[in-house]
Amino acid sequence: MMMKAATMRVTRRQALGLGAGATAVVIAGPTVGPAVAKGQSAEDAIKAFTGGAETKTGKVSLSTPEIAENGNTVPVSFDIESPMTADDHVQSVLVVADGNPRPGVATFHFSEMSGKASASTRIRLAKTQNVIAVARMSDGSFFMDKRLVKVTIGGCGG
Amino acid sequence: MAKVKPRVKVPKKAEAGEVITIKTLINHKMESGFRKDKKTGELIPQKIINKFTAEFNGKPVFSADVRPAVSANPYFQFKVKVPESGTFKFTWVDDDGSTYSTEKKIKVGG
Repeated sequence: MMMKAATMRVTRRQALGLGAGATAVVIAGPTVGPAVAKGQSAEDAIKAFTGGAETKTGKVSLSTPEIAENGNTVPVSFDIESPMTADDHVQSVLVVADGNPRPGVATFHFSEMSGKASASTRIRLAKTQNVIAVARMSDGSFFMDKRLVKVTIGGCGG
Repeated sequence: MAKVKPRVKVPKKAEAGEVITIKTLINHKMESGFRKDKKTGELIPQKIINKFTAEFNGKPVFSADVRPAVSANPYFQFKVKVPESGTFKFTWVDDDGSTYSTEKKIKVGG
């Protein structure tokens, strides 16, 4: 019941502004054991996205906090170097977290109208782990970036 | 569950070809499927927003396939290059099949 009240109380300012912490408190409950079935690994998830193609480093810049006190809402953003024209643009970006019970976080799809291939969101991290962003370019090449995030309180299970 | 209410911030005006930043948020618990019910010890089934899309004048400009690792009250910020005045339409798709959407107008030039 507490959770409902807390969710509703999120004001517009907290919501749209920098109030990442405001929503973070919402899910603080008992921890779920590690008994949850493990899905595909982060490597598999990336392979499924790239189709096994070589993934180079560069072009992608991922930014995350170095230390996340609360794994329930970790701000993550990325920015990809690309002119974003019809011939040369970023098609999609896969974000994975390699230490989560299910590593896939989200896949973002861009268009020529994006102007700039950048996005940010907030994610859950179960423990200290790498967050990886892989970008698929319109020419079929792949670029990635990886950041280690130290998590004080895990955020999967709540 | 609290009433789902999408919140979006789009600039009211822009120059033609300007790259604008859009911020979106929707209140949703994003039940991950990994949490247990405190009383029964049973896993609470997954219920999340699994897709978010943004369209401009009917053309898709940005979308995201979302998995349970995205935090409660999912927030997305992204950029769009606006060529002309028009309307943005934002849609969120829930695991239970319901969709939530909202629209915002932007004036370009003038």
